[in-house]
Amino acid sequence: MTGHSFSVSGYGPARAGWTRLFARDSLARRLDWPILLAALALSLLGSLLVFSATRNRTEINQGDPYYFLVRHLMNLGIGFALMIGTIWLGHRALRNAVPILYGLSVLLALVVLTPLGATINGQRNWIVIGGFSIQPAEFLKVAIILGMAMMLATRVDAGDKTYPDHRTVAQSLGLAAVPCMILLLMPDLGSVLAMVAIILGILLASGASNRWVFGLLTVGVIGCVAIWQLHILDQYQINRFAAFANPNLDPAGVGYNTNQARIAIGSGGLAGQGLFHGSQTTGQFVPEQQTDFVFTVAGEELGFLGAGLIIALVGLILWRACRIARDSTELYGTVVAAGIVAWFAFQSFENIGMTLGIMPVTGLPLPFVSYGGSSMFAVWVAVGLLQSIKVQRPMSA
Amino acid sequence: MTNIPETGRTPRVQIRLVVIQILVLSLLGTLGGRLWYLQIREGAQYQKEASGNHVQQVVDPAVRGDILDARGVPLADNETRLVVSASRTDLLKQPHDGKAVLTKLAGVLGMKPEEVMQKVRLCDAKTPQPCWNGSPYQPIPITDKATPRQALQIREASEDYPGISAEPEAVRSYPGPGSSNTAQVLGYLSPVTDAEIQQAKNSESPYLRSDMVGRSGLEREYDKELRGKAGVTRYEVDNLGRVIGKAKATPPESGSNLVTSIDSRVQRVAEYELDKAMKAARQQFDKNTGENFKADSGAVIVMEAKTGRIVAMASAPTYDPNVWVGGISAKDYKALTGKDSDYPLLNRAIQGQAAPGSTFKVVSTAAAVQAGYAWDGGYPCTSSYSVGGQVFKNFEGENFGPISLGRALEVSCDTVFYGLGDNEWKKDGGINPKKGQPKDWFFRTAHQFGLGKETGVDLPNEVTGRVPDRQWKLDYWKANKDVWCKYGKKDGSYVQKIYYENCLEGNKMREGDEINYSIGQGDTLVTPIQEAMIYGAVANGGTEYVPTIGKAVISPDGRTVQEIKPKVARKLPVSQATLNGMNDAFAGVITRGTAAWKFNGWPQNKIQLHGKTGTAEVYGKQTTGWLATYSKDYSVIMTISQAGTGSGAAGEAVRNIYSALYGVQGDGSVDTRKALLPEPQKTLPKVRPDGTIAAPKVTGDPGKDAEASQQNNPSNGTDQQPATSPSPTTGNRNTRRRPRRIPKRGRRRMPA
Repeated sequence: MTGHSFSVSGYGPARAGWTRLFARDSLARRLDWPILLAALALSLLGSLLVFSATRNRTEINQGDPYYFLVRHLMNLGIGFALMIGTIWLGHRALRNAVPILYGLSVLLALVVLTPLGATINGQRNWIVIGGFSIQPAEFLKVAIILGMAMMLATRVDAGDKTYPDHRTVAQSLGLAAVPCMILLLMPDLGSVLAMVAIILGILLASGASNRWVFGLLTVGVIGCVAIWQLHILDQYQINRFAAFANPNLDPAGVGYNTNQARIAIGSGGLAGQGLFHGSQTTGQFVPEQQTDFVFTVAGEELGFLGAGLIIALVGLILWRACRIARDSTELYGTVVAAGIVAWFAFQSFENIGMTLGIMPVTGLPLPFVSYGGSSMFAVWVAVGLLQSIKVQRPMSA
Repeated sequence: MTNIPETGRTPRVQIRLVVIQILVLSLLGTLGGRLWYLQIREGAQYQKEASGNHVQQVVDPAVRGDILDARGVPLADNETRLVVSASRTDLLKQPHDGKAVLTKLAGVLGMKPEEVMQKVRLCDAKTPQPCWNGSPYQPIPITDKATPRQALQIREASEDYPGISAEPEAVRSYPGPGSSNTAQVLGYLSPVTDAEIQQAKNSESPYLRSDMVGRSGLEREYDKELRGKAGVTRYEVDNLGRVIGKAKATPPESGSNLVTSIDSRVQRVAEYELDKAMKAARQQFDKNTGENFKADSGAVIVMEAKTGRIVAMASAPTYDPNVWVGGISAKDYKALTGKDSDYPLLNRAIQGQAAPGSTFKVVSTAAAVQAGYAWDGGYPCTSSYSVGGQVFKNFEGENFGPISLGRALEVSCDTVFYGLGDNEWKKDGGINPKKGQPKDWFFRTAHQFGLGKETGVDLPNEVTGRVPDRQWKLDYWKANKDVWCKYGKKDGSYVQKIYYENCLEGNKMREGDEINYSIGQGDTLVTPIQEAMIYGAVANGGTEYVPTIGKAVISPDGRTVQEIKPKVARKLPVSQATLNGMNDAFAGVITRGTAAWKFNGWPQNKIQLHGKTGTAEVYGKQTTGWLATYSKDYSVIMTISQAGTGSGAAGEAVRNIYSALYGVQGDGSVDTRKALLPEPQKTLPKVRPDGTIAAPKVTGDPGKDAEASQQNNPSNGTDQQPATSPSPTTGNRNTRRRPRRIPKRGRRRMPA
């Protein structure tokens, strides 16, 4: 395994270790540093924004202004460790563990539906254990990417086929359908939509027949209509869409979030009002500002430059991830990377888009930036996967 | 670094990956574009919205300046009261908007819980008073009459009363030194209205929501000076309205103090005497109407003759100005302004107008001299004057033979003035004069005396009075001829006949009109303040001053003193010789004329008084008495509506005012130690280094003190003087009688 070279052997002097680490063809040299640094920058920027959004919110920070900052950094640390672990193991090794990972995360998601799950904002998608809340939807995303990639790519990578056949595609979709159903039951519409985006990305990257791609799109549209017609949506979700369609509708009620979010971002101007100086933020006019609406802090306090930097960093990660997908020596890596691209892209677009008023409000976090352990762990595992695909040597090597 | 792909991707996958890449990046491009649109293009708009979101202002009201009398005694000041107020933002955080707390508070304050709840609700289109129409971020006063005990109860258990505060605050009060009232002169305050806020928004002194605004009297006239500037603290608030920071604070600036020329002691004497005179009049029988005099309203003015400064100004009926303090109740307001009230808010000294009666002869005499009549000419004072079948009688039919103008003025001989007026009317061309022919000396002189327009006194809403000249007759006819011509009847009732005549030639100056006008009857209207100005001018040698009450505006620190100097309005169109003649005549009124019976034993050799009585006739009402007087330094005017003759109604009161001013005792001796104001107050009160103004203490009741000093007055007391009845005695010839036949004039108060 390539991971060995990353270990600090302890046999030579430190200098020799560094030399080896950065030696030609060494692991460190082959890591995708832009992604790593961009992800780190986003996470650290996120910690500042989370801090700004929560230091005055005494009703949730338990009187400790650093409560959320410390936790965010802790989550980042754990996430970073998870990334290293993922690189260490390598995505191929993880391939063998996919059934376990998949089973575990589906199980976790099912627990949410039991009385153990907690309902927050009308959504039953949390598990609260000992003060920590876990959002299984985030882990499901990783599990589905790995699971589908494994199913779709195995026979192609083995050289049996050029493209995954219909049966394989159907099986992989079945694999994805189960967690999607669970998410719908929660109901966590945002995650379902993110899931659909991921599945589409995976299908596209796997080379599955166009019919599947368009078929899936058709099913998605029909599903949306059905959801609407059958009144599966809760009232709050309908309201969110209504507020999206007309943001000035009831500014004190449904449209409040989007309205205040847009005021916060708009008032940032070019350079922002300065970190910790945003009046919308200190005045707590934007709800959920440390999680789903964290981008508004950037918009208000850091302005176009800061908020634009976040978009640029996301863009950099996605750009590099696309490169990794294209450059992977095997379809498995390509599909995994593409799934991650679809995930990050959809979630970033949806999250930032809703704060900017061009997407309806859903409860999706902004990768790396939003406060939340589950999301943080999941995205850093994803970074680990991307790095692992990047540093992999051809199987034959 | 680049891994050369060995397996995995077919061209199909490659193309799709490129598509994904392009799609993803264009999505991010969309976000960037939208971000640019919101932050750069529309940024200013959102910044405005954001600041509207989070800044709230709390107003720290300025302490209103005092209104002081000439010696510095406060007529209006501020007193500290314990104000219990509720913070709405705090109440809203409690269950049921703090209902429990308010109920408990109502118990402590001895109020009904609903009453308290009503006071803290916000006014809107659907919410009737009481409600709060100020800023919801401003503490809402629930009562300003809390006792120290109640305040302590609230403050010591503050945790039981979240959002409730009990603080001492300055509220306007009218202390009424020496039992004086001065209500209509001082005026009152009430909260600023939305319309006023809008109107003054971009002016130099914009209003704040919590401002109290002067609505009448000096409070209104000098509102800008007195108001000061409220302090404003702008707070940044969060989404729940909780304060998260202080943005900007300006401390309040107190208003300036206004020193007036009012002397609170003289004011009290004037009020006391006016009230007493009206009460006395109501005891008198009016044989013309067959019932006691109503004496429904009256006014008195004491003015410095040489400056126009007003020493006292009282109007009756009156009210307690303190009813306005802390917000007037609906009941009190109705009592002051309702249809059934006697309109005590009116300042009848400047807003009451009536025909001047014989007091107008000062104008007629001047007019006659201007028209070229010799002072000492022998003008026939016959018992009656006949014109075209109409007989205008002299009062009680006296006949003095040919007399001078001065004598005519002194004995108030109507027929002399009838003759002069009639003569002028004929000279002016009679009923159909040629264009440019009428000289109108009698009307022109009235205008030259300043009648028919405001005197310019520093009080709001002064009325003009009226000179019924040709122009007015024409305008009045145009406005009313439709009604007159519709209802007028040649052989109908009195009113119908008048209508008929007015319809025919009400636009013309008729002979009878000018004859009536020459003695101040008919459509002529003057205000007490105009009389004070005119008689003051006669006293000072012919200069009319703009009457003023404000004497100086002193800044709160006492450093800047802005004096309000006397202002000359005009010179009377009379020569010194004429004035001398008038002075003699008016002195004669006091010593042997129509007012003499009220001035028995007055030390005329020490303090020379002059006067003219008058009795105005108002159709359908009892007569209005006028007494216009002056000494070397003061003019004192008193008028009482529906109280009979001028001397009968006001003689004693006016004499008592002079007695108080000069310290004249009942036996005619002069005790200068008891004189309130033997000379007008020339200096301003002393300003102490800290800006406060020194003032002597006013103890007791100057009105009663002055009354007590008049025990031995031979003229005082209705029991001693049968002549106080309006039935004329030999000395009481202050008035003329209307011709017994139909007068040819439209009357102002004619029912339409």
